[in-house]
Order: sequence, then structure tokens, then C-alpha cells
Amino acid sequence: MKRIGPLIVERRLAPPRHVVFGVSVLAVVVALLLAALVFWAYGVSPWRAYAEIGRGTLGTVGGLSDIVRRAIPLILCGVGLTLAFRAQFWNIGAEGQLLAGAVAASGVALFLRVPDVLRLPLVFLAGFGAGAVWAVIPALLRVKLQVNEVISTLMMNYIMAYIVEWLVHGPWKGPTMRGFAYTDMFPVAARLPLIAGTRVHWPTLAVGVAAALVVGLILSRTRLGYEVRVVGQSPDAARYAGISFTTVLALTMVVSGGLAALAGVGEVAGIHWRLRSPSHISMGYGYTAIIVAWLARGSPVAAILTALLFGLIFAAGDLMKSTLGLPFQITGVFNGLILFSLISSDLLMYWRIRWGKKGEAWT
Amino acid sequence: MRAAAGSGHPDGPPESPHLIRLEEVTKSFPGVTANDRVTFEVRPGEVHALLGENGAGKTTLVNILYGLYRPDSGSIVVRGRRVAIRSPREAIALGVGMVHQHFKLVLPHTVAENAALGLPGTPFWAPARDVGRRLCALAERYGLPVDPDRRVWELSAGEQQRVEILKALLRGAQVLILDEPTSVLTPQETGELFKVLSRMREEGHGVIFISHKLTEVLEVADRITVMRRGRVVGTVAAAEANKPMLARMMVGREVVFRLTKAACTPGEAALSVEGIHVRNDRGLPAVRGATFHVCRGEIFGIAGIAGNGQRELVEALTGLRRIEQGKVRILGNEVTNRSPRFLADIGVAHVPEERIRMGIVPGLSVEENLILKRHHRPPFCRAGLLHLASVRRFAQGVIEEYGIVTSSPNTPAKLLSGGNIQKLILARELSGQPALVLAAHPTYGLDVGATEQIRDLLLRQRAGGAAVLLVSEDLEEVMELADRIAVMFRGEITGVVAGGEADREEIGLMMAGEERVRG
Amino acid sequence: MDLGWLVSTVSRALAFGVPLLWGTLGEIYAERSGVVNLGVEGMMILGAYAGFAVAQTVGVPALGLLAAAVVGAAAALWHAFLTVTLRANQYVSGLALTLFGLGLAGLLGRGWEGKPLRVPLGAITVPGLAEIPVLGPMLFVDQTILTYLGVLLAVILWVVLFRTRWGVVIRSVGESPATADSLGINVTLVRYLCVALGGLLAGVGGGYLSVAYRPSWTEGMTAGMGWIVIALTIFASWDPLRAIWGAFFFGALYHLSFRLQAYVSPELLKLMPYAFAILVLAVSGFGGARWRRRAPGSLGIPYVRGER
Repeated sequence: MKRIGPLIVERRLAPPRHVVFGVSVLAVVVALLLAALVFWAYGVSPWRAYAEIGRGTLGTVGGLSDIVRRAIPLILCGVGLTLAFRAQFWNIGAEGQLLAGAVAASGVALFLRVPDVLRLPLVFLAGFGAGAVWAVIPALLRVKLQVNEVISTLMMNYIMAYIVEWLVHGPWKGPTMRGFAYTDMFPVAARLPLIAGTRVHWPTLAVGVAAALVVGLILSRTRLGYEVRVVGQSPDAARYAGISFTTVLALTMVVSGGLAALAGVGEVAGIHWRLRSPSHISMGYGYTAIIVAWLARGSPVAAILTALLFGLIFAAGDLMKSTLGLPFQITGVFNGLILFSLISSDLLMYWRIRWGKKGEAWT
Repeated sequence: MRAAAGSGHPDGPPESPHLIRLEEVTKSFPGVTANDRVTFEVRPGEVHALLGENGAGKTTLVNILYGLYRPDSGSIVVRGRRVAIRSPREAIALGVGMVHQHFKLVLPHTVAENAALGLPGTPFWAPARDVGRRLCALAERYGLPVDPDRRVWELSAGEQQRVEILKALLRGAQVLILDEPTSVLTPQETGELFKVLSRMREEGHGVIFISHKLTEVLEVADRITVMRRGRVVGTVAAAEANKPMLARMMVGREVVFRLTKAACTPGEAALSVEGIHVRNDRGLPAVRGATFHVCRGEIFGIAGIAGNGQRELVEALTGLRRIEQGKVRILGNEVTNRSPRFLADIGVAHVPEERIRMGIVPGLSVEENLILKRHHRPPFCRAGLLHLASVRRFAQGVIEEYGIVTSSPNTPAKLLSGGNIQKLILARELSGQPALVLAAHPTYGLDVGATEQIRDLLLRQRAGGAAVLLVSEDLEEVMELADRIAVMFRGEITGVVAGGEADREEIGLMMAGEERVRG
Repeated sequence: MDLGWLVSTVSRALAFGVPLLWGTLGEIYAERSGVVNLGVEGMMILGAYAGFAVAQTVGVPALGLLAAAVVGAAAALWHAFLTVTLRANQYVSGLALTLFGLGLAGLLGRGWEGKPLRVPLGAITVPGLAEIPVLGPMLFVDQTILTYLGVLLAVILWVVLFRTRWGVVIRSVGESPATADSLGINVTLVRYLCVALGGLLAGVGGGYLSVAYRPSWTEGMTAGMGWIVIALTIFASWDPLRAIWGAFFFGALYHLSFRLQAYVSPELLKLMPYAFAILVLAVSGFGGARWRRRAPGSLGIPYVRGER
């Protein structure tokens, strides 16, 4: 405890909710101020940049729908990651799981002979399954062979990215696409319906919002959620209580990876209507989702909001490219800055500043 | 032993030179005033004991002396000069050395590397070789033999303590602080330590000896300062003190030294262990052929110095560690190497040694912690869904029954005090009417009030017909509570004695590995 | 097998292993002091960018490498500030550093995309040794000075870590910061220095890519090598000498993924090093706890002096 003038600074063990929220907002604001420096360095007035962004994204229907379109994959990946992070499983592999979903969805869309009514449900199902399998591998490697999941999930991102490259350059390259590394277009029955006049593929959005609610309920109301929290907070207590790490982590990653994969399904079936090179399908949604989940502080429902924030940043990136001539990479810098200021602020929540009472020098 | 105090002046003149003196020192932490205007000093050639129960503020006080904490107010005087001790480095430079209760040693490193760490004047190249040589010379002078090339994790607790003392002496410590030094020693090793301390007294060092054990304080100290709730109650010359007087000063009321305990009426064996072998984390044998049984309605105590396989034994019996060989039966059924969940389900309660790390999930609420281990069974869980209303009802019931002080069942468990955390664990473990209770160091580090409550709970389990296995380093506690006492040494049970006929010396010998002479 | 093929494969494997070696040596020091830095990829790409930018502008490759070192160290200091001083989660801070580094380097380097470097760092021929048949051309021709400096550095760092006073301090801080603190060691300072050294070496590793190995600038040219470095650190069990073999083994894998393109499709070859990284860690997992036991005891845990 310290006294600075009339103020007393002291530590607290458990920050209340409104403090967490306030500090998080503050962190985002600080990041935006830092980003203003980047604009300034590029010779663009930060005021003008933020005004343009505000007008172009929040001010028009097209802009708003763009935010939502970008937020869909972030919601799905982010919700899954909140679950994994609650179990203290560092799933950095949402990007690869997303791509796995895209691959499986494309496979079913292009090559499986089924009646049209079944095609979309199967596309979703196959996508979820592929992501789940891709995500369960690092969970098992960690439990059975103590392989650090940060490394394994990351490596698997690269592996899946190269598999996609291989498919679109090789075996799945569409015969009608001539020089381009694309598959053929999906049949109409495998394309997701859009909200008229926008590129928002609403079924995926609905799945994402539903997933956030369901994962929220899983965490607070089910045995699995309870065990996830115990495993995440205290592995020793989990062992003591006889909780199976294999089951808990495997189930967690099935959900986490499956949801990330649905993001991939949405991108190929809702936006591109074909499989193409990884950098076009994803633009790093899987990595950005890490920040989405971190900013949501482990709450799947809050992840919807934070995903919208990052949807806004992506949409702003597009906008800055077209109107201000700034490169799209600026979004990466943005994201990095937000994450930086977010983690720097963590310590802040554990300090309380209040007015000292008279004569209260040291308690 | 006091005869050795040649230059010590237990009741010398007030102007006698002190080595170090704390004046009116206050230090507070959120919610507690750990030290409240404490004045304390140590003179050359004296052993000054700091006596008090857990949480009285002794450790905080010496951490201030050692520069780990800074006092909120008050001053420190070293050899007549006012100083500020801002870091351990400054404390060391002022001639203060400290042996922490939990040793500050780098376990994978050698003794010499540990001694060389941060030691001024060590050569840049191959520092361990040079320091090893100096260490041996010093070891001889004070009668503290060590091998500088051994890795610290291979050493026994007593040997590790020697390394700590040598480290301090190597740094030219004039004042040596020993925080609860005997808690890891056998009675015989304690005797050795006391010899070393009187040797230091002869050399003119000042020793601050922290303890909550009356007997040994009376045995080793020249003067005794008693602390309670952060304040100094008084300082007395050891020659003029006695046990009841010190106990009264320490606790603030008359203390009954004997618990009331009903006669033991043992029933059938609830737990029988037949020649089990268990390995420790390093893959080395930790339990080697332990055989014993615990009956319903009795408390079976396991005494012994920590690190002699007790932890591994308890972990093996609760399914947390593999049993390589041998058999375990509980209530007549073989349960060797069954899972922790299976054992919990058939009525084995486990009060773990590491209560914060293993016994609770710090971030979860009190009520969520109370259903741990039973969270997967009705009424708390049906078809994978938690039934929050029954969780709440159950939690409110046991919070009242066991007197857990918490602002609400929703409070995170980490916000509870140490005593209440332990009560939470006991409430959870005992409320299921277990047939067998495995309690490891159940009162370690708790204040007198909580300790009494917890001992009482264990006795009630015994009266209710449960079999209780009590592992404790506190020999007094084992002797007070247990109906039979087994001693563990290097993974073996070196003997079992009836609680009534137990003799401190004999148990002490067994703790050091002497076989009990039967007959 | 054709001898010439083998000679050139080994020679190129060495050249490709260099950035991995420098990065791994740096990460070993950071982790030995108890700090995981997952920002290696970010520090390498920033180093690669800074190296190229300075070397291109000034025309002196050595200055480019110096700039890479400085930028890498600066980025690492930021990580140190967040994780040591502010006690932020080390994993997340490292990830943020990588995201930020990749974004910033991509942003700044746009104008230089695909441009070759005017004056690349020259290859050297080791006099005398180069004449040895087979081994000469394999090991002592066509390498840059950084290959040999890297190996020398590994030896030096090993000696410092295990045979000097500094080594005792660094290892103690990584194993048990509370012990070091109680003996007056400045844990914060040691961690800052080790993390900064880690960033410095990673920066040089990145600079090597853009100034020497493939003297040009391409966005994302580190291609996940920073992550391989993290895996190699575990694989080398935090021992600088073992890092040499690990780095050159993965250098060989990377090189083979170009070399074998005549037989297998290039995309599948490119995933080989990443698959191997997982495989290597899984196999060392089979060996029981033998590898991991040497992980520094306080790795990843921020140090807080025991206030209650």
C-alpha cells in the first residue's frame, strides 16, 4: 500500500467486473492512440483517418455489413478459443483448424454425390469434423507425450496451409480455372444464402452466436465446463479430484477446433464459393481470434462483442487501403498494439486507487 | 548448553553493544498489520529466540531485517548506526545472514554452485572450484561437513540446512537468522544444530532463532522475545522463563496442554498396506516395502522427517502415484492402483499436504470448491448438467456446520484465510462420511484456534468409526492424536509404537533410521 | 548417391541452418533465465527488415546486420518490460510481438518488396581447410562468416553458461529466482539482459536471411522459422552445443524441401520441417521426462517477491 498525495494505492486479489471492463476499454483506447502515431508517421492525419473509418464503416449499411462479415469467422474462432483458454490449453491453431474446415467443406461441396438438400448440412458437418480432428491431435500429443501445444498447434497451421496450397495447385485445381490456383466453383446447393444486398452469410453468423451462448452455458452449467475450469485453474487439483485430462482436453479441443473450422466453412461456402490459397481464405482470422478471446477475458458471449471490434478493424483496413492508400498490413500493427496494451493493463486491474481518509497514512 | 554462553549477557546492562536493533518497526499488508511497533535486538554472542504462533509476525520481522520487505515506519540500527536495508544484498553487506524456513537453494545445482551464487570475490572462471575449497575450510571450523560437488536435491533436509548456514557464514554473517530451523530435523539432528549454534555463540556471532516450539526455545536461547498478532508481548531471559509462562504470553490465555480424547476402540482394518513400493518424481524409490494397517475408530500417525516417502505414500494410497509392487486393500477389497476418482467414490477422503496447490481451485468459488470430487454425481450433476440449487443448499449447510468464515458461497476460495481454506477442504472431505481419512500435515502453518478445531474434527471422525491416517512432521501433534505411531525413514516403516507408551527419544531415534528394538 | 549432390546439400544445409542456430542460441539464453519469448518470429522478421533497409540504404552489409541486432534487441526489451516488469503472460506477450513484428515489417517493407540487395554479405573461403577433399567444399567454401561465428558463439555461450560466474547466476535465476533474489542477485536485470541477448541474436538471424542468404526483401520471408527455433530450444534441452546439431538438421530439412522438388510437389515438401518439429518433440516425449527435466525450473513464471 502506498500513499501518493491524497490518493491511496493498494492491491486487490479479485478485480470486480466493472474494473475489468473499464481497464479493457482503456487498453483499446490506448492502442488506438498509439495507432494514431502510425498514421501520423505515414503522413496521414490521425483525425482524418479515424473520421474516414468512422464514416466508412459505422456510417453506412455497406460498411456495417462488412464489419459483420469480417466478424463472423472471428466469432466462431474466438468462442472456441475462450473455451480452450479457460482450460489453459494454448490453442494457437485456430488458423489451421479453420483451413481444415475449409478443405473438408470444399471436398464435400465439390466431390460428394448427395442430394442437394443434404449438401449444405453435410458441408457443415464435414467441416466441423475435420477441424475437430485437426485440433484433437495436439491435445492428445500434450496429454500423452507432453508436447507443448503452442508449438504443435502452430506447426499444424503451417502444415495445413501447405496442404491447402498443394490441393489448389495440384489434385483439386479446377480444370476450368486455367492458370489460377483455385478449385472449381461450388455447386449452387453448396453455397450459403446471404442477407440480401450484403455479403453476410447469415447461417454461419447464426451458428456463431448460438455457439457463443451454448459454450457459455457449457462453462457455467455443465460438468464438462466445471472440469474445464478446474483443469485450467489448477491442474494439480484436477488430478487430485480424479478429473481425466485426456477427456477434458480432447472434448475442449473438439469444440474449439470444430468451431474454428466452421469459420472456414463460412468463408469458402459463403464468400469465395471455392477453395483457394490460404492467405485469401483467412487473412489471419485464426490469429486475430486469439486477441478476440483474450480481450473477452474468457467469456464466450463477450467474444461476440470483441469479434465485432476486430471486424471493424479489418473493415477499416480495407477502407484505408482504398481511400487513404494505406497498406492493409496496418491492421496487423493495430492488432499487435491492442494485444500489447491489453496485456500491459492486466496488472492495473489488481491495483485500486482511492481517496485516503484523514490521518490514514499507513494502515 | 547455556554454559557455553560465555560472552552472552542474558540480563546484561541496557547499554551493552548490540549487533542489530529494530526500533518501533511497523509493516502492514492489505488487511493485516504484520508488525506493529516492534522493537527487537540481538547482541554479540547470544542466541535470541523469537517465539510466537504462526501468523504472529515473526517471519515478516526477519524479512525486514533481511531487506526483503521495507518497513512502513520505524528504524534499524546496526552496530550503533542507523541504516536502511533495501535489499538482501545490503543486508548481507551489513553482516546479516538468513536461513529461510523453506530453503533458498537451487536444487539442480551443486553445493558449491549454490554457495558461489552472488558471492562477492568469486573468480569469473570456474567459480565453483574456488568456492568449494573455501566452503570445506569453513565447514571444518564450525563442524558442518558437506561435499561441495553433490547436487543439492540429493541431500537430506538436514544437510541442505547445513549448506544454508555455510552460505551465510561464507558471506561473513555476524547475525544469523534461522527461521523455524528445527521443523525439518530429527531430534538428534536438532541436537547437532544446537551444538553448531553454541559454537557460533563462542565465535561472537548473534543468532536469531525463530520458533513456535517452547521446549527447544528454552533449551537453546539466551533471551526470548515473544510475539503475538504482530506485537512484542515481552522479552525474558531464558533462565527465568518456563513453559506455561511462555505459552500464556504466546497465546494470550491459559493453554491446556492435553486434548481430551476418548479411549480407542479399534474395529476391523479399513486400510491394509502390504509391502508397497513407490517411486518419487525423479524415478527413485521413495516408499520401499511399507506394510501396515489402519483400523476403523483409530488414528494411525506417521511420524518422520519430510522427504522420507510420506508424500509418495499418501499419493499412492489416493491413486495419484503408481504403486510398483505390493498391495493395498480398503475395506477388504483390493484397490491397488485404482484411480483417484474410484477411491474417492468408495469413501477415501484426502486432506492433501499442499492445500492451496492441490486441495482447492483458488479461482473457483467456495461452493464450487465444496463439490470438487463429487461434482460428477447426483445430486450435484445429472446427465452432465450441474444442479446449481443443490450445490448451493449443500454449500450453505457445510459452511455453517464447519464454521467456514466466508462472505458468501460465491466468494473465490483464494480470498479465504489459511485456516478457512483448510476448513473448506476438511468440510468437503469429511462431509461424505468417509471410511478412511488420509490427512497430510493438516495443521501445518495454522494458528492455534484453527489447529484446535481441525484436531477436534479428526478426533470426531475417529469417534464416528472412520479410520484416520495422520501424516505429520510435528511430533507433538502425532503423539497427542495418534493411537498408534509409525515412523518412516528412507521409505521404510522403521517401527510402530502404541501412542500411550511412545517415548520422544525412541521415536527420534527411529526417525533417524534406528530400528526399534522389539521385546 | 552422387557425391557432388551430397556436398552441395550439406553446404546449403549449413547455410540454411544459420538463422535457426542464432535464433535458438538466443532463445536458450532467454529461457535459461526463465522467460519464454514466443516473439522470435517477430524479432527475426523485424531483424530481416531492418538489416535489409540499412544495408540497402548505406550499402554496407555489416551495418545492416548491426541494425538487425539492435532492432531485435529492442523488440525483446519490450517483451522483457511486459513480462518481467509488468508480469504479463509470457505466451501472449510473445504472440503479440510476433503479430506486431510481422505486421510492422510488412507495412514498412512494402516499397522494397521483391527487390534484391545492392551489396549482399559476401561468402568466404576458409584458407587451407577448403582444400580438404569432400569436407572442404562441404564445410569451408561458400559460407558467410556468420556460419562460423554462430558455431563459435555456441561454444562461447556454452562455456559462459556452465563454466563461469555469470552462468551460475543466469541458471540460478531461471531455476529459482527467489533464491537468487535472497542472495542479492538482481533478477529483473538478469532477465532483461538475457531476453535482450535473445532478441539480439534472433535479429541477426533474421538479418542473415535478408542480407546474406537470400539478399532481398520479401514480406514474411522468415516463413515460420521463429517457431522452429522455439521447438529447437526444447529439442536442444537448453544446451547451446546441442543447438548446433539441431539447427543444421533443420537447415537440411528446409534445404531438402527445395532440393527434392523434382520428385515431390513443392507444397508438400515445404511442410516437412514443420511436421518434423512436431515429430521430434513427440519422440523426445517418448523418452520419458529425460528431456524436459532439464527445463529451467521457473520457465514461464513471472517472479514476484513473496509479498502476501
